[in-house]
Amino acid sequence: MAEKRASWVLLAYRLPREPSTPRSGLWRKLRRLGAAQLLDGLAALPLDARNREQFEWLADEVVEAGGDATIWVGELSSAAQERELAARMAEAVAVDYLAVVADASAVRDEPPVHRRRTLARLRRELRRIKGRDYFPPPERELAQQAVDELATAVEESVP
Amino acid sequence: MKWATRRHCHVDRAACAWLIRRFVDPAPTFVFVDDPDEVPADATPFDMQGVELGHHDGDCSFEAFLRRYELHDPILWEIGKIIHEADLADELYDAPEAPGLDVLLRGLSLTHDDDELLMLSAPLFDGLYEFKKRALLLGREPS
Repeated sequence: MAEKRASWVLLAYRLPREPSTPRSGLWRKLRRLGAAQLLDGLAALPLDARNREQFEWLADEVVEAGGDATIWVGELSSAAQERELAARMAEAVAVDYLAVVADASAVRDEPPVHRRRTLARLRRELRRIKGRDYFPPPERELAQQAVDELATAVEESVP
Repeated sequence: MKWATRRHCHVDRAACAWLIRRFVDPAPTFVFVDDPDEVPADATPFDMQGVELGHHDGDCSFEAFLRRYELHDPILWEIGKIIHEADLADELYDAPEAPGLDVLLRGLSLTHDDDELLMLSAPLFDGLYEFKKRALLLGREPS
């Protein structure tokens, strides 16, 4: 039986080479959304109302910056390619989760005030990463555990 | 006046609707559409792709309203920062209220239709306005 394909929303865009500010602004926003860059000028996200809306706003920004952009909804015709794309997106967030694990363990022996500050920062960071994590890798659980353990350590250090 | 926006409102559209009723048009009617082509000819579209009252230069639609209707009330601009962060979460502003407000509105959008959502969220924004107003007058948050 054929596997059910996921739907994707795609942003096809072309921006003038100069100025470079809209280009890097767009790149930052695509990264924050967790979009997969399929080609230069083609980004993809799993289809839902929010992602579609976010791409629509980015398309408007591209047009305002003198470029052109279109939004597409589609699916991959091959299940293997879909798995590959999901794996690639999972790998990207896995790297970010591992950075959280590393930061949490780096402050294990620091004074409580440092650990507390790091905890607040890592909680925010973890929330951001989860917001762009569409295919949760096992590293997500590791990062959550690392932050939870740091939270417990911080609580215990309260006199 | 008639106003049109996309169906399934979240925080930015709900806040815009509140802003319209309180500060722009005391007797508005709202139409919800799926596509910009469905906007009635006599309606002003907002928070949709390609319209003046949408996202521009990194701002959300609520901020576009404040500019377009020259609403200089500093409390509205304070609320604008919260809506901006609730909608865009780009960390341009320090608005700790934003994630909570976003979740509350998203939750309401799951249990109510758009008309009900606008009706139920308006008192929330009224309260937020009053809170920010008193905070500004007192120089600290009201108890």
